[in-house]
Amino acid sequence: MANRPTRPTDPLIGNDSWNIQLDSNGKLKHFLTIEGLGSDMLTSILDTAESFANVNEQRVKKVPLLRGKTIVNLFFEASTRTRTTFELAAKRLSADILNINISTSATTKGESLLDTLQNLQAMLCDMFIVRHSDSGAAHFIAGNVAPHISVINAGDGRHAHPTQAMLDMFTIRRNKGRDFGGLRVAIVGDLLHSRVARSQIHALNILNTGDVRVIAPRTLLPTDIEDMGVSIYTDLEAGIKDADVIIMLRLQKERMQGAFLPSEHEYYSQYGLTEERLRVARDDAIVMHPGPINRGVEIESRVADGERSVILDQVTYGISVRMAVMSMVLGREPEQNATEAN
Amino acid sequence: MNRLLVSNGLILDPVTQSVKTSNVYIADGNIIAIDHEPAGFEADRSIDATGLIISPGLVDLSARLREPGLDFKADIHSEVTAAASAGITTLCCPPDTDPVIDEPAVVELIHRKAANAAHTHVVTLGALTRGLEGHLLSEMATLKAAGCVGVSNSRRPVANTLILRRAYSYAASCGITIFIEPDEHWLSTGGCAHDGKVATRLGLQGIPVSAETVAISRALELILETGARAHFGRLSSAHGVELIRRAKERGMAITADVSAHQLFLSEMDINSFNSMCHVLPPLRSQRDMEALREAVKDGVIDAICSDHQPHEPDAKQAPFASTEPGISSLESLLPLTLRLVHEQVVPTYTALSLLSTQPAAILGIEAGVLAANRPADICIYDPEQDWQLDTSTMLSRGKNTPFAGWNFQGKVRHTIIDGRLVYTS
Repeated sequence: MANRPTRPTDPLIGNDSWNIQLDSNGKLKHFLTIEGLGSDMLTSILDTAESFANVNEQRVKKVPLLRGKTIVNLFFEASTRTRTTFELAAKRLSADILNINISTSATTKGESLLDTLQNLQAMLCDMFIVRHSDSGAAHFIAGNVAPHISVINAGDGRHAHPTQAMLDMFTIRRNKGRDFGGLRVAIVGDLLHSRVARSQIHALNILNTGDVRVIAPRTLLPTDIEDMGVSIYTDLEAGIKDADVIIMLRLQKERMQGAFLPSEHEYYSQYGLTEERLRVARDDAIVMHPGPINRGVEIESRVADGERSVILDQVTYGISVRMAVMSMVLGREPEQNATEAN
Repeated sequence: MNRLLVSNGLILDPVTQSVKTSNVYIADGNIIAIDHEPAGFEADRSIDATGLIISPGLVDLSARLREPGLDFKADIHSEVTAAASAGITTLCCPPDTDPVIDEPAVVELIHRKAANAAHTHVVTLGALTRGLEGHLLSEMATLKAAGCVGVSNSRRPVANTLILRRAYSYAASCGITIFIEPDEHWLSTGGCAHDGKVATRLGLQGIPVSAETVAISRALELILETGARAHFGRLSSAHGVELIRRAKERGMAITADVSAHQLFLSEMDINSFNSMCHVLPPLRSQRDMEALREAVKDGVIDAICSDHQPHEPDAKQAPFASTEPGISSLESLLPLTLRLVHEQVVPTYTALSLLSTQPAAILGIEAGVLAANRPADICIYDPEQDWQLDTSTMLSRGKNTPFAGWNFQGKVRHTIIDGRLVYTS
């Protein structure tokens, strides 16, 4: 009896997951994860963001690119900053934006996610910006919405937060130049629970960053994270030695008491970024943080507010990057007659 | 009189490892002769099995029927009908129904409904602890008397090791086999995927291999002390297999099984947040899958089961971690196992033994053997027929399978249970 290939030719659910975000012309239809995108795509997002950064610096901070488009901020998980910057980005592109906060208490299920989507879809909008506490939620939603709707992932569980990663790349590029090849980037803190870190790691590797390091106690490092293309350090000073970029991650309060870490105090004593420790990094190293910061827990105030800190720039750049992604996704030419322009 | 003649088929006997083209004579529920026609035999019905393989009916060590309690997912009637169509003539129902199988009334309910459905035989496992809650011993002797073939705590935890030790000890004195689905609750709870590179990349909470090995190690020590007879079900890891291998080498009388999907899928298959591949224990690494295949080959694993868990469509329509685990797998049990033959992991005899003779011995039931004066539970399949698994033609109410669209070779043509032809394709 012959040995035959048995893998199905047709994928099981929707399209291939990492290509679901591209249309038939290879343009960005959804923005769900950094993984699987090419460096051309990331560079093009950064370049577009650069052009919007100029808009944002002008007196009239508005362009009519997405006039008539309706965007829905669909947040199943609380957020202030991310939601606000998406809202601001949409408004500066002249789109109409609707904020919907759906609290997902684990006990009261009620309407299923699919039902919620179908209801919103009936309101004829063009884009969902989704935040959800489940990893894979954005993929699930993109796989189940009507074909004319685009989905942007504003954070799903521990999986991905691609616009945050892109604004971080934008920040690095503005400070360190376009070539990431010679850079040493250290990501410090709770990688286990961090979607931001996962997206950053993908983006840094796709942009050919010379050395990407992660620094955390083992309890906050996911299994086999080295497979994502990073080297692991459990000692902060060894990890940030000669770093060009230090990205601090937020440590959530609930991780500090209990089983992941013995105490806030001990964490700060081992992993808190202080001016003193920052000396081992390069003299021109920048310090980043996706916010909101916990002063005195992962970062000393003097560092957060110091001259190396670009934390507030990140927030500003977030608007340009989100404008870039939204305009690229909604400003695509129709698939049937689009050409490989640009 | 109900006489059935199956003629001219290729009789494959996993016990004697022999194959011959011959006839099977069936009367009143039993095989009365093979080869030689009994004097005066007149068939009421005959099946021409030319070119078909005649095998003992399959015995499935674990299939959830969802009744009582979850009959919006499936019911006994639908699932035994599906099982019969897949060549399964006996299946074993774990105790985690609602209410759980911890008193004779539930055992009787299931047995009665299965008898009414008149397809695949259903045997049951009783709860090891009352309500499967892990606190109080169940009435094991009573459950045994009511017909339970073993006891199990399913995947529910028994946190207190002293209670577990007493439960094993009591089971040993009742002479009832303990069926263990090894899982250390605190290591697995909240997890939905193998703790490895894929879960890390997808941001899914992992279940480490130690969730399995810690539970196996704890159980093995208690089995040694209490002398209980035990079966380990649904192994998923290379290290788990290794513990079973060493225990067997030490002379412990234990047995083990694996679900068929663990031999074909790995963590890579959840890559696209494919909720159809959300199962417990989780699909592990390629290396684990290969170790499981090796264990099937060298006999450390004694049986392959379906681990059938049918779901309604909504149960799989959500982001990965929020979906319910399990595969509707009765109808892929034989096809997948035959693929092991095609891929030269095991010869056909061994494959059929893993699906019939050996699981029957584990359950301690009279099945899994083709011989005169034994119950006529028979699976007749066409080893050459090519087909594709299509969820729209599945008989199980659960259509949740990652194998939709897979091409298989070998398909059940007839199923005979208690001497009655219950299925013909």
